[in-house]
Amino acid sequence: MISRMLSHDLPRSRTLAILLVLLLLALAFAPFLFPGVKALGVAAKVLVFLVLVASFDLLLGYAGIVSFAHTMFFGIGAYGIAIACTRYGPTWEAIAIGIGSSLMLSFVLAMAVGLFSLRVRAIFFAMITLAVASAFQTLASQLSDITGGDDGLNFKLPDILSGGFVLMDEKFLGATIDGRLICYYLLFVAALVLLLAMLRIVNSPFGRVLQAIRENEFRAEAIGYRVVLYRTAASVISALFATLAGVMLALWLRYNGPDASLSFEIMMDVLLIVVIGGMGTIYGAAIGAALFVVSQSYLQDLLRLASEATSGLPWLSALLSPDRWLLWLGVLFVLSVYYFPTGIVGKLRAR
Amino acid sequence: MKQTDFDWKPLALVPVLALIALPLVGSGSNWLTLTVAGLAMGMIIFIIASGLTLVFGLMDVLNFGHGVFIALGAFVATSVLGAMGDWTGSQELWRNLVAVFPAMLIAMLVAGAVGLAFERFIVRPVYGQHLKQILITMGGMIIGEELIKVIWGPQQIPLPLPEGMRGAVLVGDAAVEKFRLVAVVVGLAVFGGLAWVLGRTKIGLLIRAGVQDREMVESLGYRIRRLFVGVFVVGSALAGLGGVMWGMYQQNVIAQMGAQVNVLIFIVIIIGGLGSTGGALIGALLVGLMANYTGFLAPKVALFSNIGLMAVVLLWRPQGVYPVANR
Repeated sequence: MISRMLSHDLPRSRTLAILLVLLLLALAFAPFLFPGVKALGVAAKVLVFLVLVASFDLLLGYAGIVSFAHTMFFGIGAYGIAIACTRYGPTWEAIAIGIGSSLMLSFVLAMAVGLFSLRVRAIFFAMITLAVASAFQTLASQLSDITGGDDGLNFKLPDILSGGFVLMDEKFLGATIDGRLICYYLLFVAALVLLLAMLRIVNSPFGRVLQAIRENEFRAEAIGYRVVLYRTAASVISALFATLAGVMLALWLRYNGPDASLSFEIMMDVLLIVVIGGMGTIYGAAIGAALFVVSQSYLQDLLRLASEATSGLPWLSALLSPDRWLLWLGVLFVLSVYYFPTGIVGKLRAR
Repeated sequence: MKQTDFDWKPLALVPVLALIALPLVGSGSNWLTLTVAGLAMGMIIFIIASGLTLVFGLMDVLNFGHGVFIALGAFVATSVLGAMGDWTGSQELWRNLVAVFPAMLIAMLVAGAVGLAFERFIVRPVYGQHLKQILITMGGMIIGEELIKVIWGPQQIPLPLPEGMRGAVLVGDAAVEKFRLVAVVVGLAVFGGLAWVLGRTKIGLLIRAGVQDREMVESLGYRIRRLFVGVFVVGSALAGLGGVMWGMYQQNVIAQMGAQVNVLIFIVIIIGGLGSTGGALIGALLVGLMANYTGFLAPKVALFSNIGLMAVVLLWRPQGVYPVANR
């Protein structure tokens, strides 16, 4: 039963299995285990990133394609909800319209970019996606009538998902059963379903072909697989999952703007998580996302402490300032690509 | 390539684009101003892109960190020009040039030196692995950008043009900024220099031979590795020079400028065919012209126009206008 749900792709390492079960339990009971608004926010962010990173892993880890437009699709999903809920008010129909139209836009865009650049040369893809994504980002902040420009959009959701809605008056296990909690569990179920769906996809014959193409493109073509079609399909599927991750983000934040979903920093985070977690293993995305999102908030605090401690040495203090945390992420990233190419999951499975 | 085989079609694209724009722009003097401005902008873009096309075409390294050298060059120029305030403030052009020339030289030296370190620590371990190259150089770019912020601060720094290069000269009805003329001269010098070194000297011969058959050249006793490190350093130094020009063109510099320009030069070298110097020149001129025409006609679509241009060129020639044969 469990094996079927995981598409027969078991963790294959006792430590990894324990970690995954712990993660699942922690996320499932987060509102009761970790009380407080901030902790619940971190847990929700883990859920969103888990889907986003896993969808990127589908592309980078399984198909071996580097895309820099992944946050574009993430942003399309988030903007879809934001714009629909602003235009049509806080109804379920608006959410459905938002999801539907953003999925359609992502599909068309990913198909166009994929067919266009993958047909030519796979290495063009990284460059072309970078160009398209930066153009999209400019567009999103320029079309301020629709997207709210740099300020972004604040919007309302149906009552049942908002904080004011209370299901029961008395507390249940020390937590109020309110709209936020329902929204969290909506995200939790969505993340779980999407993750299992992605596991299913990468372990299907289609996923095997993608891995074959990653390992040896020429050979895969010679066996008779249309490499371009498979690669384009992979990029479309991954774009659709990223769009759904964007939908989850918008539902949770009830806000969307360029910095929340389109910024290049998010792209960098996603790359880092995939590499640290382990490319080509959907589980790596889960472990990596949890580790990264939790440590992200504390890394900045840690840097602030270090910066204050070294205030006697001005240049060292400048290096350690919390504003420079991206520097340390970059260093971490380069080191992990060199010395840790299989990531956490790869290391655990190698034992 | 024999002279008779010379492929002139891509070359014709530049005047064709200019002529298509003529009726759209309408007034002749506006058109001339835009065209000259576009060509000059194209020249600056070419200087930056030439470094990347060298590194990619000759060494097969996909350097996403190229933008960092551009930003580095521009920031070094602000420091050098800032220190030579009484020379840049002078009205006489020759005194300005005396100030700008060392700024370019020092920017190239610094960018080249950093390029040497970048090649050694970032690129060398991943030769031949495109996927890792993209990831690693992207990481290198982030690190470089943050280090620039540590040294020069995260804020935007103004880089005023020297007095003598401000203003414009009138050619017929059209006003042509003086700095753009300087850019055209520098760009042509870089193109001429590259074409001469690669096409007419022994080093160029060895580099081209090394690209075609590395082992053969090595077995003849040449140290191809050292040559290729040299190519990387020159590519980085050219990016530094391009950064100085781009910074003076924009008149201010910011640490993120490398990432912004990166997008532009990727489009240029994809249009030109990865690794081709002549193709990069044509791509850069096309992008420069396109940016100026669309900036005048429909500012909001300016960035998309470049992507559209790239799409059209790739539909015509999927490998870029001058494909480099063996990649």
